[in-house]
Amino acid sequence: MSSIQASRARKPGQSPGGLTATGLFMRRTLHHMRNNIFGLAVEAVLSPIIMLLIFTFLFGGAIAGSAREYIQYLLPGILVLTVVPMTVYSGTTICTDIAKGVYHRFRTLPFWQPAAIFGSIIADSLRYAVALLVVLTMGFGLGFRPDGGLEGTMAAALYVLLFAFGTSWVFALIGNAAKRPETVSGTSMMIVYPLLFASNVLVDTSTMPRWLQVAIDLNPISIAVTLIRGLLHGTANAAQLAAGIGVVLLLIAIFAPLTINVYLRRQIR
Amino acid sequence: MTYAIEAKGLRKSFRGHEAVRGVDLAIRQGELFALLGPNGAGKTTTLHMLTTLLRPDGGTAYICGSDVVAEAADVRRRISVTGQYAALDESLTGRQNLRLFAGLHGFSHKEAVVLASELLESFGLGDAGDRTVGTYSGGMRRRLDLAAGILSQPEVMFLDEPTTGLDPQSRRELWEAIRLLVKKGTTVLLTTQYLEEADQLADRIGFIADGRVIATGTPEQLKASTGGKTLTIRLSAATDPYEICRLFADEHGLSAHTDEDGVTVKAAVREASLAHAAIGTLMEHQTAIKDFALSDPSLDDVFFALTATTGKEATR
Repeated sequence: MSSIQASRARKPGQSPGGLTATGLFMRRTLHHMRNNIFGLAVEAVLSPIIMLLIFTFLFGGAIAGSAREYIQYLLPGILVLTVVPMTVYSGTTICTDIAKGVYHRFRTLPFWQPAAIFGSIIADSLRYAVALLVVLTMGFGLGFRPDGGLEGTMAAALYVLLFAFGTSWVFALIGNAAKRPETVSGTSMMIVYPLLFASNVLVDTSTMPRWLQVAIDLNPISIAVTLIRGLLHGTANAAQLAAGIGVVLLLIAIFAPLTINVYLRRQIR
Repeated sequence: MTYAIEAKGLRKSFRGHEAVRGVDLAIRQGELFALLGPNGAGKTTTLHMLTTLLRPDGGTAYICGSDVVAEAADVRRRISVTGQYAALDESLTGRQNLRLFAGLHGFSHKEAVVLASELLESFGLGDAGDRTVGTYSGGMRRRLDLAAGILSQPEVMFLDEPTTGLDPQSRRELWEAIRLLVKKGTTVLLTTQYLEEADQLADRIGFIADGRVIATGTPEQLKASTGGKTLTIRLSAATDPYEICRLFADEHGLSAHTDEDGVTVKAAVREASLAHAAIGTLMEHQTAIKDFALSDPSLDDVFFALTATTGKEATR
């Protein structure tokens, strides 16, 4: 404390540009993961494994005759069921920054402000990638055999990451609007789980009444899962591809500008 | 002349409540200015407007000549803010925090690494540098926050109640660090609710109440404006304190008020002899006194005196 005059004659260089700042925020998110490796293990390793085991063996016999049969249908859905709830975390991070005050410092620093959001949402993809890898590996162990081969699997995994990037913005907006981080997870889960279960993640919609089938097929989660299933099993067609990518673009087009706008215009009290 | 901080008629309302209603400030370069006032007086809101965090409803403010609204980016390059609630990332270590902020200021990664180590060392956080900030004590957080504040060598530093909630030892250490900053030529605007803090540190004090700066001056000038000393008398419960206030006003022309406890009377006295005379009067009236004291004015006394002379009812 006694010698802050130390040896510092240095002044900062130019204010960082958008890319540099985004990179710094990505690094910050990686540090978060490294500092809380236990949380990452639970969220991206343990909980996907449990989900996959539960659904495979709980529903497998009843729905498809056997677990091995069912996992061919289920696994693409489990990828989404695992990753989408993880994207809620993007909102919690923003809300925590604001609630704990570090947002105040960010707002008084001379960098391209949206980098704070972009950086963390992009870097969060690493967590999703870990979860994807775990689910796929586990799935192969349980007898999942995608007809789409390695290329199909890679394409599906990439699409899941893209879809996660899209949904992140929804929760980033909620994270900006909420007062406390707990509210973010509460509100978001209330949106996420009904959407996840009222979809074709777990069951085929062809046995449902017509009206329900239409509603469920319009659910963005269903659209994404249909494409992922198609990519993994090598049956995806152009319409499914267009719908799947369209949903992501729509999510980004609506929620990214809104989120950034709210973030920048936020009044501090 | 360009002031380091200049504000004219700054105003801000929140949902119909006017938090700041016309703040004027003119702070010279290298000055340590304390904005002193009770909770809710508008200190933090004023500071948020000066640091580009809040957009004023009215009035203008310039930092080193740059407009806080129109030239916010320019202002952000010149200032740093250290908050009442240390603005740090609790999930990062102290070192990771400093490196992040250094990077966002425009230092290269290499510079940021060196800078973070130096600052941790000189703020006595060398051993704690690789622990997450969530595990830090209040004093350690403030120190890290201040380190983050000075790493860009800002021209103007804003400290929002930097010592609120700190133990006396940490407070003294923080004061020492702030003095060093000013010695090196940084302009500092500090908000505080402690008269002692303003008295110890500030070149000049601005007294803020109800969203306005109601008096500005050196600590000596401000204290003198209350009438020099404060006479505090504790009465026995049977005596009516308002009676005594009237008596002091009638007999000695003293401005006196009672505390909310109902037994304490405080009067501003210009010199000790007036206090003697006032006590004498009480003796003549055979008033039962528990004890009395003559002291330097406290924040409450200055506040009372200032609000009283501007013709307002004291709110307490």
